[in-house]
Amino acid sequence: MNNISQGLIIMLVGMGGTLLSLGFLIFVINTAKRVLPYVEEPKKGVDVAGDAPGKEKV
Amino acid sequence: MESSVSAALGSLVMGVSSLTIESVVMLTVGCVLLYLGIKKDYEPLLLVPIGFGAVLVNIPLGGLMQDGGLLRQFYNFGVITEIFPCLIFIGIGAMTDFTPLLENPKILLLGAAGQFGIFITLLLALGLGFNLLDAATVGIIGACDGPTSIFVASKYAPHLLGAVSVAAYSYMSLVPLIQPPIMRALTTEKERKVRMKYPKKSVSKSLKIVFPVLATIVTCLIAPMGTPLMGMLMLGNLMKECGAVSRLTNASENEIANAVTLLLGLSIGATMEGTVFLKAQTLIILALGLLAICLDTVMGVLFGKLMCLLTKGKINPLIGAAGISAYPMAARVVQGEGRRYDTNNWLLMHAMGANTGGQIGSIMAAAIMLSVLRGMGLG
Repeated sequence: MNNISQGLIIMLVGMGGTLLSLGFLIFVINTAKRVLPYVEEPKKGVDVAGDAPGKEKV
Repeated sequence: MESSVSAALGSLVMGVSSLTIESVVMLTVGCVLLYLGIKKDYEPLLLVPIGFGAVLVNIPLGGLMQDGGLLRQFYNFGVITEIFPCLIFIGIGAMTDFTPLLENPKILLLGAAGQFGIFITLLLALGLGFNLLDAATVGIIGACDGPTSIFVASKYAPHLLGAVSVAAYSYMSLVPLIQPPIMRALTTEKERKVRMKYPKKSVSKSLKIVFPVLATIVTCLIAPMGTPLMGMLMLGNLMKECGAVSRLTNASENEIANAVTLLLGLSIGATMEGTVFLKAQTLIILALGLLAICLDTVMGVLFGKLMCLLTKGKINPLIGAAGISAYPMAARVVQGEGRRYDTNNWLLMHAMGANTGGQIGSIMAAAIMLSVLRGMGLG
Protein backbone atom coordinates (compact mmCIF):
# COMPACT_ATOMS: atom_id res chain seq x y z
CA MET A 1 0.00 0.00 0.00
CA ASN A 2 1.48 3.37 -0.95
CA ASN A 3 1.53 6.51 1.16
CA ILE A 4 -1.45 8.14 -0.55
CA SER A 5 -3.64 5.07 0.00
CA GLN A 6 -2.63 5.01 3.65
CA GLY A 7 -3.35 8.74 3.87
CA LEU A 8 -6.81 8.23 2.37
CA ILE A 9 -7.57 5.53 4.93
CA ILE A 10 -6.40 7.76 7.80
CA MET A 11 -8.49 10.63 6.41
CA LEU A 12 -11.68 8.61 6.11
CA VAL A 13 -11.28 6.76 9.42
CA GLY A 14 -10.15 9.97 11.13
CA MET A 15 -13.06 12.12 9.94
CA GLY A 16 -15.64 9.38 10.44
CA GLY A 17 -14.18 8.32 13.77
CA THR A 18 -14.10 11.88 15.14
CA LEU A 19 -17.68 12.49 14.04
CA LEU A 20 -18.99 9.18 15.38
CA SER A 21 -17.16 9.39 18.70
CA LEU A 22 -18.40 12.92 19.34
CA GLY A 23 -21.87 11.78 18.24
CA PHE A 24 -21.69 9.07 20.87
CA LEU A 25 -20.55 11.62 23.44
CA ILE A 26 -23.65 13.71 22.61
CA PHE A 27 -25.78 10.63 23.33
CA VAL A 28 -23.97 10.16 26.67
CA ILE A 29 -24.46 13.83 27.60
CA ASN A 30 -28.17 13.72 26.73
CA THR A 31 -28.59 10.56 28.83
CA ALA A 32 -26.71 12.15 31.73
CA LYS A 33 -28.97 15.22 31.43
CA ARG A 34 -32.01 13.01 31.90
CA VAL A 35 -30.45 11.29 34.92
CA LEU A 36 -29.24 14.55 36.45
CA PRO A 37 -31.87 17.13 35.44
CA TYR A 38 -31.60 20.80 36.25
CA VAL A 39 -33.55 21.73 39.32
CA GLU A 40 -34.03 25.42 39.93
CA GLU A 41 -32.65 26.36 43.31
CA PRO A 42 -35.11 28.08 45.61
CA LYS A 43 -34.44 31.77 45.95
CA LYS A 44 -32.90 32.54 49.31
CA GLY A 45 -34.16 35.15 51.73
CA VAL A 46 -37.24 36.19 49.75
CA ASP A 47 -40.03 37.18 52.08
CA VAL A 48 -43.17 35.81 50.50
CA ALA A 49 -45.14 35.59 53.71
CA GLY A 50 -44.91 39.23 54.62
CA ASP A 51 -44.16 40.49 58.06
CA ALA A 52 -47.22 39.09 59.73
CA PRO A 53 -46.45 37.44 63.08
CA GLY A 54 -46.34 33.65 63.02
CA LYS A 55 -45.67 33.47 59.25
CA GLU A 56 -42.48 31.74 58.16
CA LYS A 57 -40.05 33.20 55.71
CA VAL A 58 -39.21 30.96 52.76
CA MET B 1 53.29 36.97 26.02
CA GLU B 2 52.08 38.61 22.81
CA SER B 3 50.55 35.37 21.61
CA SER B 4 48.69 34.98 24.93
CA VAL B 5 47.29 38.50 24.65
CA SER B 6 46.15 37.95 21.08
CA ALA B 7 44.59 34.59 22.05
CA ALA B 8 42.74 36.25 24.94
CA LEU B 9 41.53 39.07 22.69
CA GLY B 10 40.61 36.55 20.02
CA SER B 11 38.39 34.68 22.47
CA LEU B 12 36.40 37.89 23.01
CA VAL B 13 35.44 38.08 19.35
CA MET B 14 34.93 34.35 18.87
CA GLY B 15 31.15 34.69 19.15
CA VAL B 16 31.02 37.42 16.51
CA SER B 17 33.43 35.60 14.20
CA SER B 18 31.35 32.41 14.48
CA LEU B 19 28.17 34.12 13.28
CA THR B 20 26.75 32.54 10.16
CA ILE B 21 24.08 33.79 7.79
CA GLU B 22 21.69 31.19 9.25
CA SER B 23 22.23 32.40 12.81
CA VAL B 24 21.80 36.06 11.77
CA VAL B 25 18.54 35.24 9.96
CA MET B 26 17.25 33.27 12.93
CA LEU B 27 18.24 36.01 15.38
CA THR B 28 16.12 38.31 13.23
CA VAL B 29 13.24 35.80 13.21
CA GLY B 30 13.46 35.61 17.01
CA CYS B 31 13.29 39.40 17.24
CA VAL B 32 10.29 39.48 14.87
CA LEU B 33 8.49 36.97 17.12
CA LEU B 34 9.30 39.16 20.12
CA TYR B 35 7.95 42.19 18.24
CA LEU B 36 4.73 40.36 17.33
CA GLY B 37 4.24 39.23 20.91
CA ILE B 38 5.11 42.50 22.64
CA LYS B 39 3.99 45.16 20.20
CA LYS B 40 1.20 43.43 18.27
CA ASP B 41 -0.09 41.39 21.23
CA TYR B 42 -0.18 38.15 19.18
CA GLU B 43 -0.18 35.37 21.81
CA PRO B 44 2.48 37.22 23.86
CA LEU B 45 2.58 34.56 26.57
CA LEU B 46 4.04 32.17 24.03
CA LEU B 47 5.65 34.27 21.34
CA VAL B 48 7.84 36.14 23.84
CA PRO B 49 9.48 33.01 25.33
CA ILE B 50 9.57 31.32 21.89
CA GLY B 51 11.19 34.40 20.32
CA PHE B 52 13.71 34.71 23.12
CA GLY B 53 14.47 30.99 22.99
CA ALA B 54 15.13 31.38 19.25
CA VAL B 55 17.50 34.28 19.99
CA LEU B 56 19.35 32.33 22.70
CA VAL B 57 19.82 29.18 20.67
CA ASN B 58 21.21 31.05 17.66
CA ILE B 59 23.95 32.83 19.57
CA PRO B 60 27.10 31.03 18.43
CA LEU B 61 28.98 29.01 21.06
CA GLY B 62 26.24 29.57 23.63
CA GLY B 63 25.76 25.83 23.79
CA LEU B 64 22.25 26.00 25.18
CA MET B 65 21.05 23.08 23.11
CA GLN B 66 24.16 20.94 23.45
CA ASP B 67 24.11 17.96 25.79
CA GLY B 68 23.79 19.36 29.30
CA GLY B 69 22.87 22.83 28.03
CA LEU B 70 20.11 24.72 29.82
CA LEU B 71 17.51 24.67 27.05
CA ARG B 72 18.38 21.07 26.11
CA GLN B 73 17.52 20.09 29.68
CA PHE B 74 14.16 21.89 29.54
CA TYR B 75 13.49 20.26 26.16
CA ASN B 76 14.44 16.76 27.27
CA PHE B 77 12.53 17.03 30.51
CA GLY B 78 9.30 18.57 29.26
CA VAL B 79 8.90 18.21 25.51
CA ILE B 80 10.41 14.83 24.70
CA THR B 81 8.54 13.31 27.63
CA GLU B 82 5.31 15.20 26.61
CA ILE B 83 4.98 16.51 30.18
CA PHE B 84 4.64 20.20 29.24
CA PRO B 85 1.68 19.91 26.83
CA CYS B 86 -0.15 17.67 29.30
CA LEU B 87 0.41 20.11 32.18
CA ILE B 88 -0.81 22.97 30.00
CA PHE B 89 -4.01 21.03 29.43
CA ILE B 90 -4.73 20.87 33.19
CA GLY B 91 -4.66 24.67 33.20
CA ILE B 92 -6.85 24.89 30.09
CA GLY B 93 -9.35 22.48 31.67
CA ALA B 94 -9.44 24.58 34.82
CA MET B 95 -10.21 27.68 32.73
CA THR B 96 -12.84 26.10 30.46
CA ASP B 97 -16.57 26.28 31.06
CA PHE B 98 -18.42 23.47 29.31
CA THR B 99 -21.88 24.77 30.32
CA PRO B 100 -22.84 26.14 26.85
CA LEU B 101 -21.89 22.79 25.31
CA LEU B 102 -23.86 20.82 27.90
CA GLU B 103 -26.90 23.06 27.34
CA ASN B 104 -26.88 22.31 23.62
CA PRO B 105 -24.85 19.11 23.11
CA LYS B 106 -25.56 18.73 19.39
CA ILE B 107 -23.19 21.59 18.58
CA LEU B 108 -20.41 19.21 19.62
CA LEU B 109 -20.70 17.94 16.04
CA LEU B 110 -19.32 21.28 14.87
CA GLY B 111 -16.26 20.51 16.99
CA ALA B 112 -15.82 17.36 14.90
CA ALA B 113 -16.32 19.11 11.55
CA GLY B 114 -13.81 21.77 12.59
CA GLN B 115 -11.09 19.11 12.61
CA PHE B 116 -11.57 17.86 9.06
CA GLY B 117 -8.85 20.23 7.86
CA ILE B 118 -6.31 18.12 9.77
CA PHE B 119 -6.98 15.09 7.64
CA ILE B 120 -7.25 16.91 4.30
CA THR B 121 -3.94 18.63 5.03
CA LEU B 122 -2.36 15.30 5.91
CA LEU B 123 -3.32 14.05 2.47
CA LEU B 124 -1.96 17.19 0.80
CA ALA B 125 1.31 16.85 2.72
CA LEU B 126 1.63 13.26 1.53
CA GLY B 127 1.06 14.51 -2.02
CA LEU B 128 3.93 16.98 -1.53
CA GLY B 129 6.30 14.18 -0.60
CA PHE B 130 6.24 14.18 3.22
CA ASN B 131 6.38 10.73 4.79
CA LEU B 132 3.32 9.56 6.70
CA LEU B 133 4.47 10.52 10.21
CA ASP B 134 5.69 13.95 9.09
CA ALA B 135 2.45 14.51 7.17
CA ALA B 136 0.39 13.61 10.24
CA THR B 137 2.44 16.09 12.27
CA VAL B 138 1.94 18.85 9.71
CA GLY B 139 -1.79 18.10 9.49
CA ILE B 140 -2.18 18.42 13.25
CA ILE B 141 -1.50 22.17 12.97
CA GLY B 142 -5.13 22.21 11.82
CA ALA B 143 -6.17 21.22 15.34
CA CYS B 144 -5.45 24.91 16.02
CA ASP B 145 -4.26 23.73 19.39
CA GLY B 146 -0.66 24.33 20.46
CA PRO B 147 -0.30 21.62 23.11
CA THR B 148 -1.90 18.96 20.88
CA SER B 149 0.41 19.92 17.99
CA ILE B 150 3.44 19.72 20.29
CA PHE B 151 2.26 16.39 21.71
CA VAL B 152 1.99 14.83 18.25
CA ALA B 153 5.17 16.46 16.89
CA SER B 154 7.29 15.38 19.84
CA LYS B 155 5.98 11.84 19.43
CA TYR B 156 6.38 11.42 15.68
CA ALA B 157 8.50 14.17 14.19
CA PRO B 158 10.64 16.02 16.77
CA HIS B 159 12.67 17.55 13.91
CA LEU B 160 9.52 19.46 12.84
CA LEU B 161 8.63 20.63 16.35
CA GLY B 162 9.86 24.21 15.92
CA ALA B 163 8.07 24.86 12.63
CA VAL B 164 4.86 23.08 13.68
CA SER B 165 4.53 24.80 17.04
CA VAL B 166 5.40 28.25 15.70
CA ALA B 167 2.80 27.73 12.95
CA ALA B 168 0.18 26.47 15.41
CA TYR B 169 0.57 29.35 17.85
CA SER B 170 1.02 32.05 15.21
CA TYR B 171 -2.08 31.02 13.27
CA MET B 172 -4.09 30.70 16.49
CA SER B 173 -3.37 34.34 17.14
CA LEU B 174 -4.29 35.19 13.54
CA VAL B 175 -7.72 33.53 13.73
CA PRO B 176 -9.47 36.96 13.79
CA LEU B 177 -7.83 37.73 10.43
CA ILE B 178 -8.06 34.28 8.84
CA GLN B 179 -11.65 33.29 9.58
CA PRO B 180 -13.96 36.24 8.75
CA PRO B 181 -13.36 36.33 4.97
CA ILE B 182 -14.03 32.58 4.75
CA MET B 183 -17.16 32.90 6.88
CA ARG B 184 -18.48 35.69 4.66
CA ALA B 185 -17.65 33.84 1.44
CA LEU B 186 -19.53 30.71 2.48
CA THR B 187 -22.68 32.18 4.00
CA THR B 188 -25.52 34.37 2.79
CA GLU B 189 -26.55 37.50 4.65
CA LYS B 190 -29.79 35.77 5.64
CA GLU B 191 -27.84 32.90 7.20
CA ARG B 192 -25.56 35.26 9.10
CA LYS B 193 -28.62 36.95 10.61
CA VAL B 194 -30.12 33.73 12.00
CA ARG B 195 -30.82 34.21 15.69
CA MET B 196 -30.42 31.22 17.95
CA LYS B 197 -32.57 30.66 21.00
CA TYR B 198 -31.02 30.25 24.40
CA PRO B 199 -32.22 27.20 26.35
CA LYS B 200 -34.64 28.06 29.14
CA LYS B 201 -33.20 25.39 31.42
CA SER B 202 -29.56 25.38 32.40
CA VAL B 203 -27.66 22.27 33.45
CA SER B 204 -27.33 20.89 36.95
CA LYS B 205 -24.20 21.26 39.03
CA SER B 206 -24.05 17.46 39.30
CA LEU B 207 -23.94 17.14 35.50
CA LYS B 208 -21.10 19.64 35.30
CA ILE B 209 -19.15 17.54 37.80
CA VAL B 210 -19.98 14.21 36.18
CA PHE B 211 -19.28 15.40 32.62
CA PRO B 212 -15.45 15.47 32.79
CA VAL B 213 -15.39 11.97 34.24
CA LEU B 214 -17.85 10.63 31.66
CA ALA B 215 -16.12 12.39 28.77
CA THR B 216 -12.75 10.99 29.85
CA ILE B 217 -14.02 7.43 30.07
CA VAL B 218 -15.96 7.55 26.79
CA THR B 219 -13.36 9.30 24.63
CA CYS B 220 -10.34 7.51 26.06
CA LEU B 221 -11.95 4.12 25.61
CA ILE B 222 -12.54 4.97 21.94
CA ALA B 223 -9.06 6.40 21.33
CA PRO B 224 -6.71 5.51 24.22
CA MET B 225 -3.77 7.32 22.59
CA GLY B 226 -5.40 10.62 23.56
CA THR B 227 -5.69 9.73 27.24
CA PRO B 228 -2.79 11.93 28.44
CA LEU B 229 -4.30 15.05 26.81
CA MET B 230 -8.00 14.37 27.37
CA GLY B 231 -7.34 13.10 30.88
CA MET B 232 -5.47 16.23 31.90
CA LEU B 233 -8.02 18.56 30.25
CA MET B 234 -10.88 16.87 32.05
CA LEU B 235 -8.97 16.65 35.35
CA GLY B 236 -8.52 20.42 35.29
CA ASN B 237 -12.21 20.87 34.53
CA LEU B 238 -13.31 18.42 37.23
CA MET B 239 -11.25 20.31 39.83
CA LYS B 240 -12.87 23.57 38.73
CA GLU B 241 -16.43 22.26 38.74
CA CYS B 242 -16.35 20.20 41.93
CA GLY B 243 -15.07 23.16 43.95
CA ALA B 244 -13.47 20.82 46.49
CA VAL B 245 -9.88 21.60 45.56
CA SER B 246 -9.88 25.32 44.93
CA ARG B 247 -6.18 25.61 45.79
CA LEU B 248 -5.27 23.06 43.14
CA THR B 249 -7.57 24.74 40.63
CA ASN B 250 -6.00 28.11 41.28
CA ALA B 251 -2.51 26.64 41.01
CA SER B 252 -3.44 24.85 37.75
CA GLU B 253 -4.79 27.93 36.02
CA ASN B 254 -2.13 30.28 37.37
CA GLU B 255 1.22 29.12 38.73
CA ILE B 256 1.47 25.76 36.93
CA ALA B 257 0.11 27.07 33.61
CA ASN B 258 2.38 30.13 33.75
CA ALA B 259 5.56 28.27 34.67
CA VAL B 260 4.96 25.56 32.08
CA THR B 261 4.08 28.10 29.39
CA LEU B 262 7.41 29.84 29.99
CA LEU B 263 9.45 26.63 29.86
CA LEU B 264 7.48 25.27 26.90
CA GLY B 265 7.94 28.51 24.95
CA LEU B 266 11.68 28.53 25.61
CA SER B 267 11.96 24.87 24.63
CA ILE B 268 10.11 25.46 21.36
CA GLY B 269 12.27 28.48 20.59
CA ALA B 270 15.29 26.30 21.28
CA THR B 271 14.33 24.02 18.39
CA MET B 272 14.68 26.94 15.96
CA GLU B 273 18.40 26.64 15.30
CA GLY B 274 19.26 28.14 11.92
CA THR B 275 20.77 24.99 10.47
CA VAL B 276 17.65 22.99 11.33
CA PHE B 277 14.93 25.60 10.79
CA LEU B 278 16.01 27.39 7.61
CA LYS B 279 14.84 24.94 5.00
CA ALA B 280 12.32 25.11 2.17
CA GLN B 281 10.42 22.46 4.12
CA THR B 282 9.73 24.96 6.92
CA LEU B 283 8.03 27.34 4.50
CA ILE B 284 5.95 24.47 3.12
CA ILE B 285 4.93 23.51 6.67
CA LEU B 286 3.92 27.11 7.44
CA ALA B 287 1.86 27.24 4.21
CA LEU B 288 0.21 23.87 4.90
CA GLY B 289 -0.56 24.93 8.48
CA LEU B 290 -2.35 28.04 7.23
CA LEU B 291 -4.25 25.93 4.73
CA ALA B 292 -5.23 23.47 7.47
CA ILE B 293 -6.82 26.20 9.57
CA CYS B 294 -8.61 27.65 6.52
CA LEU B 295 -9.95 24.17 5.69
CA ASP B 296 -11.11 23.69 9.29
CA THR B 297 -13.07 26.92 9.02
CA VAL B 298 -14.51 25.94 5.64
CA MET B 299 -15.61 22.51 6.87
CA GLY B 300 -17.00 23.95 10.12
CA VAL B 301 -19.09 26.57 8.33
CA LEU B 302 -20.30 24.07 5.71
CA PHE B 303 -21.31 21.67 8.47
CA GLY B 304 -23.05 24.59 10.18
CA LYS B 305 -24.98 25.22 6.96
CA LEU B 306 -26.00 21.56 6.88
CA MET B 307 -27.20 21.77 10.50
CA CYS B 308 -29.03 24.99 9.66
CA LEU B 309 -30.81 23.17 6.84
CA LEU B 310 -31.65 20.12 8.94
CA THR B 311 -32.96 22.18 11.87
CA LYS B 312 -34.93 24.47 9.54
CA GLY B 313 -32.94 27.56 10.30
CA LYS B 314 -32.46 27.17 14.04
CA ILE B 315 -28.67 27.11 13.84
CA ASN B 316 -26.58 30.00 12.58
CA PRO B 317 -23.91 28.51 10.26
CA LEU B 318 -21.37 31.07 11.49
CA ILE B 319 -20.95 29.16 14.75
CA GLY B 320 -19.43 26.33 12.69
CA ALA B 321 -16.29 28.45 12.42
CA ALA B 322 -15.93 28.23 16.21
CA GLY B 323 -15.61 24.44 16.02
CA ILE B 324 -11.83 24.77 16.23
CA SER B 325 -9.76 24.69 19.37
CA ALA B 326 -8.65 28.33 19.50
CA TYR B 327 -10.59 29.13 22.68
CA PRO B 328 -12.17 31.61 23.19
CA MET B 329 -10.85 33.58 20.22
CA ALA B 330 -12.85 31.73 17.55
CA ALA B 331 -16.08 32.20 19.54
CA ARG B 332 -15.41 35.94 19.79
CA VAL B 333 -14.83 36.13 16.04
CA VAL B 334 -18.21 34.47 15.44
CA GLN B 335 -19.90 36.86 17.83
CA GLY B 336 -18.30 39.81 16.03
CA GLU B 337 -19.37 38.58 12.60
CA GLY B 338 -22.92 37.89 13.77
CA ARG B 339 -23.30 41.36 15.24
CA ARG B 340 -21.81 42.93 12.16
CA TYR B 341 -24.98 42.03 10.26
CA ASP B 342 -27.47 42.21 13.13
CA THR B 343 -26.42 44.24 16.13
CA ASN B 344 -28.89 42.40 18.37
CA ASN B 345 -27.75 38.91 17.42
CA TRP B 346 -26.01 37.34 20.42
CA LEU B 347 -24.22 34.20 19.28
CA LEU B 348 -21.44 34.22 21.85
CA MET B 349 -22.62 31.43 24.15
CA HIS B 350 -23.55 29.15 21.24
CA ALA B 351 -20.16 29.82 19.69
CA MET B 352 -18.50 29.12 23.05
CA GLY B 353 -20.27 25.76 23.06
CA ALA B 354 -18.93 24.96 19.59
CA ASN B 355 -15.51 26.23 20.65
CA THR B 356 -15.30 23.94 23.69
CA GLY B 357 -16.56 21.18 21.40
CA GLY B 358 -13.60 22.06 19.17
CA GLN B 359 -11.24 21.55 22.11
CA ILE B 360 -12.62 18.07 22.69
CA GLY B 361 -12.77 17.44 18.93
CA SER B 362 -9.15 18.42 18.34
CA ILE B 363 -7.92 15.98 20.99
CA MET B 364 -10.21 13.25 19.63
CA ALA B 365 -9.03 13.84 16.07
CA ALA B 366 -5.39 13.67 17.15
CA ALA B 367 -6.03 10.59 19.28
CA ILE B 368 -7.87 8.80 16.49
CA MET B 369 -5.10 9.66 14.04
CA LEU B 370 -2.46 8.33 16.45
CA SER B 371 -4.50 5.18 17.06
CA VAL B 372 -4.92 4.57 13.32
CA LEU B 373 -1.20 5.12 12.74
CA ARG B 374 -0.39 2.66 15.50
CA GLY B 375 -2.91 0.22 14.05
CA MET B 376 -1.04 0.46 10.74
CA GLY B 377 2.16 -0.43 12.51
CA LEU B 378 3.51 3.14 12.37
CA GLY B 379 4.37 5.18 15.40
